[in-house]
Amino acid sequence: MNPTALVPLVVLLPLLGAAAALILGRHRRAQIVVSTTVLAAVAAAAAVLLAEVDRTGRGVSVTVGAWPAPYGIVLVVDRLSAIMIVISALVLLGVLLYAVGQGVADRHRETPVSIFHPTYLILSAGVFNAFIAGDLFNLYVGFEILLSASYVLLTLGGTGERIRAGVTYILVSLVSSLFFLSAIALIYGATGTANIAQLSVRLAELPQDVQLILHLLLLIAFGIKAAVFPLSFWLPDSYPTAPAPVTAVFAGLLTKVGVYAIIRSETVIFAENDLTTLLMVVGGLTMLVGILGALTQADIKRLLSFTLVSHIGYMIFGIALASVAGLAATVYYVVHHITVQTTLFLTTGLIERFGGATSINRLAGLLAASPLLAILFFIPALNLGGIPPFSGFLGKVGLFVAGADAAVGADAAGEIGPGTSAPDWLIWTVIAVGALTSLITLYALSRFWNMAFWRGRDELAGYESVLLSSVQEAPDGGVVTATRTTPWLMVGVTTGMVVLTLLLTVFAAPLFDLADRAAENLRDPSVYVSLVFPGGVE
Amino acid sequence: MSASLTLVLVMGVLFGAGIATMMERSLTRVLIGFLLVGNGVNLLIYLMSGTPGLAPILGEGVDGSEISDPLPQAFILTAIVINLGITAFLLALLYRSWWLAQLGERGDLVDDAAEHVEDAEETADLIRSSAADDQAVQEIIVASDEEFESGDEELDPSAGAGGREESAKREHDASARRPGRRRP
Repeated sequence: MNPTALVPLVVLLPLLGAAAALILGRHRRAQIVVSTTVLAAVAAAAAVLLAEVDRTGRGVSVTVGAWPAPYGIVLVVDRLSAIMIVISALVLLGVLLYAVGQGVADRHRETPVSIFHPTYLILSAGVFNAFIAGDLFNLYVGFEILLSASYVLLTLGGTGERIRAGVTYILVSLVSSLFFLSAIALIYGATGTANIAQLSVRLAELPQDVQLILHLLLLIAFGIKAAVFPLSFWLPDSYPTAPAPVTAVFAGLLTKVGVYAIIRSETVIFAENDLTTLLMVVGGLTMLVGILGALTQADIKRLLSFTLVSHIGYMIFGIALASVAGLAATVYYVVHHITVQTTLFLTTGLIERFGGATSINRLAGLLAASPLLAILFFIPALNLGGIPPFSGFLGKVGLFVAGADAAVGADAAGEIGPGTSAPDWLIWTVIAVGALTSLITLYALSRFWNMAFWRGRDELAGYESVLLSSVQEAPDGGVVTATRTTPWLMVGVTTGMVVLTLLLTVFAAPLFDLADRAAENLRDPSVYVSLVFPGGVE
Repeated sequence: MSASLTLVLVMGVLFGAGIATMMERSLTRVLIGFLLVGNGVNLLIYLMSGTPGLAPILGEGVDGSEISDPLPQAFILTAIVINLGITAFLLALLYRSWWLAQLGERGDLVDDAAEHVEDAEETADLIRSSAADDQAVQEIIVASDEEFESGDEELDPSAGAGGREESAKREHDASARRPGRRRP
């Protein structure tokens, strides 16, 4: 079959679904049916695309409205895009069902408005559009679509703390969008095109210093979105206040869209301009600063937001290695991190309902109260901390092996272009920082586990421990309304997500092979270029 | 290709003024700053479209060098639409933020008068009417103007972030609203 017909559907279906859901605003059940059907359809379409793209070994490119490539809008799906769309669609679908379960149980107190489903679908459309954009300006539009939807979702209900958190988030996002748009304008001025494939050829012809300025400008815009240190300050302040499903999907997906854009900019757009040393340093700092922030948090949502920032560092490290093995490990790590971080936030939502709090100082005795909840937290927590045999361990080992190979120069055949420019001692240092970060993640999460799950409820009053001496409560006190029933749908979805993280472990070998092939596609920008311009480009 | 110096200067001024305004604490000024910088970026895109003053129309017998590049203009149109939407959202957000800062949770409560009305329709009208909201807003503005004139330089009469909490406390008595039923 011809897969090109499926490519636009990935964006069109959510947009049409959003319109339908908006019209059906008064019929909650119909809305639910529309949005789940749409996301399931996108997941199916993306799976077919992935199978097809992987079988042929090349991607597919679609020129929208049949306008020829450099003038019209091009949609490109190669292995990397297809992998990202599949995993995002699955996660979006899972979180949507979780939100439905929560909404039904709470009589829509948390998400009282009929706009939740349309906005959620528009967010999905923006995410998918960013993944298939073959045009820098279309990528910007994708970003804007998902950001606008995220503004609405973050400030849902308009309570005081959400507005406060929303203002920070929105202003930071606006600044990043302005950076992005200015970068596009300057790149267009320098090359006369916004088509990514054509840019890859034309930017390489520019003087190195001009390339450097444009490259940095673009990286700042993407770095803010991906929450890379020092551009990550906004994230832990804005994500935790949103409703649990919204936080989960933001944490899982939105930063990864930024990471995806950085992968594209390093491998295709600015393949000839080397910033790997800078990325290496930034990646190491992101890991370390992020996880040190997590150590001092009493609130589990804030703690997880800091680990989110910290683990972005691993992906930046993998990109900075500029080798096929490094990129393959990054792709695998992105997939692992999307699922595991989303799962942890969903579990936190359950803890919040079940324990009536999110603070380490107020939670206790959850293991005795709900062994299932304990398992649902324990497995992804170990996974995130990098305990074998989980996917977090495999991803980190893949990154470290690729790093060691790059440092000793053992993998000359797998290097992309001239390979990384970072000195060997720097690579070793970042590997050490990565191992340390993994251990501190484990420490922070097992501390929460000890206090919230193992500690008996009777020990809670007057509990003193050196473990808790340095933690700080969330600024707004993390007030949570009293316990309500926990519907089976929420628990079922969270269990399903945990099973998905386990599947990433069980099928690690074929997935790593797939990531390897995706990275192999990224090795040479001419692969991407020939996809859009089969007859060559001037 | 030659760029217009005037446009370059205007763009520079827009960027400079916008960034300076964005540094302010007050959210309305941040919004104004965002609008200025956004227009600066639009001009920057326009500057990339070639010699100014030419039409972006490629007719028969027209040489490619005699038209200006239409693509940046399409970019600008898209960017303007996006900016418009985001500005509308930001205005709503600022209003909500200001409302919460001035009235807090009380802002979401329904007037007592509405509760004592027997007739259901009349109640609904009262709840829906913006008159009560407008009245409360007007009172706050008048009160904060008076404070401003009486030498309280710290207090920003616009939707500023500084001193809003204190002001909200002071407005507590000035407001005609009393706790009551939650607005549906």
